[in-house]
Amino acid sequence: MNIVVLVKQVPDTWSERKLSDADHTLDRASADAVLDEINERAVEEALLAKEAQGGEVTVVCMGPERANEAIRKALSMGADSAVHVSDEALHGSDAVQTARTLAAAIGTLESVDLVIAGNESTDGRAGAVPAMVAELLGWPQLTYARKLDTDGQSVSIERESDAGVATVEANLPALVSVTEKINEPRYPSFKGIMAAKKKPVSTLSVADVGLSADEVGLGSAPTQVVSSAPAPPKEAGVKVTDEGEGGVQIVEFLSGQKLV
Amino acid sequence: MSEVLVLVDHAAGEVRKVTLELLTAARRLGEPAAVVVGESGTAGKLADSLTAYGASKIYVAESAEAGQYLITPQVDVLASLVSSAQPAAVLVPASIDGKEIAGRLAVRTGSGLLSEAVDLDAEGVAAHSLFGGAYQASAKATTATTVVTVLPGSVEAEAASGAGEQVTAEVPAQDAGRAATVTGHQPAEAGDRPELTEAGVVVSGGRGVGSAENFAVIEKLADSLGAAVGASRAAVDSGYYPPQFQVGQTGKTVSPQLYVALGISGAIQHRAGMQTSKTIVAVNKDPEAPIFDIADYGMVGDLFKVAPQLTDEVEKRKS
Repeated sequence: MNIVVLVKQVPDTWSERKLSDADHTLDRASADAVLDEINERAVEEALLAKEAQGGEVTVVCMGPERANEAIRKALSMGADSAVHVSDEALHGSDAVQTARTLAAAIGTLESVDLVIAGNESTDGRAGAVPAMVAELLGWPQLTYARKLDTDGQSVSIERESDAGVATVEANLPALVSVTEKINEPRYPSFKGIMAAKKKPVSTLSVADVGLSADEVGLGSAPTQVVSSAPAPPKEAGVKVTDEGEGGVQIVEFLSGQKLV
Repeated sequence: MSEVLVLVDHAAGEVRKVTLELLTAARRLGEPAAVVVGESGTAGKLADSLTAYGASKIYVAESAEAGQYLITPQVDVLASLVSSAQPAAVLVPASIDGKEIAGRLAVRTGSGLLSEAVDLDAEGVAAHSLFGGAYQASAKATTATTVVTVLPGSVEAEAASGAGEQVTAEVPAQDAGRAATVTGHQPAEAGDRPELTEAGVVVSGGRGVGSAENFAVIEKLADSLGAAVGASRAAVDSGYYPPQFQVGQTGKTVSPQLYVALGISGAIQHRAGMQTSKTIVAVNKDPEAPIFDIADYGMVGDLFKVAPQLTDEVEKRKS
């Protein structure tokens, strides 16, 4: 079974995140970059499927050269190889263009049965890229999985959403996105870390995946950020210490705001 | 004036509040047309509410398959309406399903996608709150139609009567090779409390609550205020409260009129899910807790003393 895992390098949520002043794109230099946590769970699920069914796990990542670190992390967990789409032309691509690039990269691989992604990145939070990749591949999407089963022919998941838990099934090939409840990802072993250094990573340009430079990137994005700025600091509110009447004082505040 | 399509979010024969918010936003951009995708007989029950919030048209797309496949029936209906009606925009709730429907629709129709808008103006420029509220941006699409997901609770719904003309729309037959089948469904337990993302008031507990049993204090306050109950990731990870109530980066994003945080320190991961709340009240025994930086009213104290007194006082004022 050939499994692709989509991974993304994101600014660590613990560091300060901002957009660049020049073109409103993510300021990648200002923050520590890490493999997005949800992707570790996607890699783990792919490894579990491989262990049960046999096959290969390929990591697919779009991002600047530095994203190599995120790819190595996935390889050190046990993925077999990686495709890294890295091209200056991609700078400033929006969610639709990102999905196009990822789908095109998947298209360069032979007979992929299953694509596994995280449900939503911690930086962009569009929550739509997995669904868009499925649309572009013309495949069924089984998203927000908290449990995944596959026999190599079909796939079944438990999908947890606002509406409850649904059982969703489809034939392969298909795309699955996972939530943080799916598993506990393994830690890379020392052996895994050493082995990852020798695993094949093919770096592809936009042209290599069959797209032209004017289909991606800031200039041709179907959406444009018009302005961006740090949020104005919230006006300091009132802070009082409870002297025994704290609950009553809060109600008085709420009453003043017409909230009770 | 061009049409603006609004995908109707409905459950158990009722329009969810976010749909009325979307219809309100749609009126700024053009003529709002509600799109109902569901099983036979769905639209009839929803028509009055949609008309009361300004829907000039109601596209009725009913089919048994609507509930049997995941996401794709809604995408197919909207895509076909985008090509026939050429709307200025398609507004979809920024829910789990809504974001995916919007994503597929944008790809299929070649439209720009604006995600998690917190406001929308007459020119189709959307306001966004990024990185847990630390950053703001506004964005627009350069395409003929813009697909926008709008965060529930961010636009105030205003009634306005519309013509509500019902127009039948086809639900294209689903291709089992390209779509995923829903074979079972276990609805979320609908308790007596309002749904988290729809509630006007949310009362949340964090690590400071200390145990699952102690969450009763949070629930009692929530019930006195007619509020939904939320929990921080720390409280969920400690097993104090079920995961579907988690507010924050990896949980739900809420934007209520009033957010009451009890025993929550206010880590960036939590703030990401609640910072756009209109009024924030926090109770924490640590005077240095970061939640106080964003609270409109902060109470340094023991939540087990303050919350019950608060509950009693609210009850007293009600009677």
